[in-house]
Amino acid sequence: MSKIKELFAKYGKIKLSQKTKLILMIILITAAFLCPLIITNKYTLHILISCFIYACLTLSLNLIIGWSGQFSLGHVCFFGMGAYVTTLLMTNTGMNFFFAWIIGVLFTTGFAALLCYPTLKLRGDYIAVVTLGFGEVFRLFLTNAVGVTRGPAGIPSIPNPTIFGFEITGKTMFYYFALILLIFFIIFMKRFNNSGFGMAMMTVNEDDIAATALGLNPRRYKMAAFAIGGGMAALVGGFYAVYMGMIAPTSFSYAESIKMVSMTVLGGMASIPGSILGAFLLTALPEALRSFSDYRMVLYGAAMVVMMIFKPDGMWSRNKRIKNEYKYAAMKGNKVK
Amino acid sequence: MIGKGASTSVHLLADRKKEDEAMFFQHLVNGIVIGGIYAMVALGYSMVYGVLQIVNWAHADVLMFGTFIGVILTGFGLPVWAMVIIAASFTAALGIGVERLAYRPIKSPNRKMAVLVSALGMSTFLQNLAQLIFGSSTQPFNAIEKGNYTIGKIIFSNMQVIILVITAIMLLILYILVYKTKMGVAMRACSVNIENAKLMGINTNRIISVTFGIGAFMAGIAGILIGTYYSAVYPTMGYLLGMKAFAAAILGGIGSIPGAVAGGFVIGIIESLGAGYISSSYRDAYAFIIMIIILVIRPSGIFGAKHIDKV
Repeated sequence: MSKIKELFAKYGKIKLSQKTKLILMIILITAAFLCPLIITNKYTLHILISCFIYACLTLSLNLIIGWSGQFSLGHVCFFGMGAYVTTLLMTNTGMNFFFAWIIGVLFTTGFAALLCYPTLKLRGDYIAVVTLGFGEVFRLFLTNAVGVTRGPAGIPSIPNPTIFGFEITGKTMFYYFALILLIFFIIFMKRFNNSGFGMAMMTVNEDDIAATALGLNPRRYKMAAFAIGGGMAALVGGFYAVYMGMIAPTSFSYAESIKMVSMTVLGGMASIPGSILGAFLLTALPEALRSFSDYRMVLYGAAMVVMMIFKPDGMWSRNKRIKNEYKYAAMKGNKVK
Repeated sequence: MIGKGASTSVHLLADRKKEDEAMFFQHLVNGIVIGGIYAMVALGYSMVYGVLQIVNWAHADVLMFGTFIGVILTGFGLPVWAMVIIAASFTAALGIGVERLAYRPIKSPNRKMAVLVSALGMSTFLQNLAQLIFGSSTQPFNAIEKGNYTIGKIIFSNMQVIILVITAIMLLILYILVYKTKMGVAMRACSVNIENAKLMGINTNRIISVTFGIGAFMAGIAGILIGTYYSAVYPTMGYLLGMKAFAAAILGGIGSIPGAVAGGFVIGIIESLGAGYISSSYRDAYAFIIMIIILVIRPSGIFGAKHIDKV
């Protein structure tokens, strides 16, 4: 076991030059765009679209957990809110998808900023359980407010989105839609990460008091993290609703939040490639294990435990400043150099 | 005629008032009973958090597994007391095993998050394993023949009395264990500062195992009690129970033993009254709503120690 750990430590971190990174990036994006030409199987395309959806969600959750350090367990609340607001506007008023989408995102952003107000004073696990509570209350609202949301039956036959009279239908077109969404998210997160605002958020995450001494207002950044992350999740939610064609409260259960948190931590905190990797792995893994049928979810759970034992910092985590070398070495069971 | 009519309506009003009172006490009794169960489960979360500062997300699934063992043992025709003790001991062993397998091997500066995902993985593992072994349908659990007593207009079932008595006994045993024995002193020392406790010659690994064991033992008993109370045992039974118990532990101030007990009863009573008087379809939401309100007022919970940031 220790030998495997050593191997992981040795080859776990791959250093690439800026140029190779760029080339790899271009190859990956081209491959992603050419994918539907080769894969015509609808099932495989569906899995890929799910991977994109989860990658976007993981990025938005990573903004809250990784960048701003607030452990949110109720992310599905924002995802579901975006989906429901968009759908209700479309089905009740016959609004164009894109307008409904924007309104859904703005609504959720405002709501997320409002919701996070009680969590601002709290720490760590307290935030987790309060956000979990929000998710649960939201799901109960969806199930019980039959007059608004049609209750547990959900909303069927959501119309396809149209843009300038051009209708988006079929798996291939939705594939490109999802891919463009994901690329937009990656660019957004990259810009965010390198911006002054993003750096300020990371400073607040590292140490509230030091950040305050630098003239940053921690409350502002914590609130902003929830608002931006929530808005991003709502963006994915709107897409999810039109892609699936129907939504129901069961799609927005606590298990989904758990899945997203697992993807975030497994991929690596505050890391863009990590989030995507985590989302792809945890979405594709149950499908790959399908041949084990009944044992599938058992193996999935066991795999999560094993992965955390061997790579506790995630697969592609940001290099963290180590505060206490002695403590770290003692934890790893090594001798201090 | 008029006088007679007025007197009947007065009588009716008085009757109504009495009935309302009886209704209130009925809800209160139900709430206290369910609160006792929440308190026992919440203690498991709170004690583990006190010692290790991690949340044992697999706690509720360990509870579910123990309850299923209870169902099987009852099927073998074991006497009730033996069934309870064996099933709870098995649950304790499982709790210790989960800690050994999924939590202890994880070593990282960012340990909390890694342990969280590992615990969630363990929870998925246990839940689906239970579905494989015991099937996903709801199983009846009738360990005790049920009967009712009435005092005034309030109806007690014998199960409710048993739950209250066992809860009281378990809390008393826990109190003696934590506050009157050497092991308890060691446990409390670990929850103050585990590094220093190690330096004082306390075998912290053993204390961690014992903490997990005690928490899981109580959870096993709580699971058997609630399984018999509702006569329903199923693989996902731990989820809502665990979430509400965790809300109770947070509400009381996580890491604090009296806090967990108080939180359990507060949540049980408010849930029962809310379901009775406001709307029963939002029954599961009250626990979270009350928790959010209390945390806004007191961010560290009712009994929680105030956290001071040191620069």
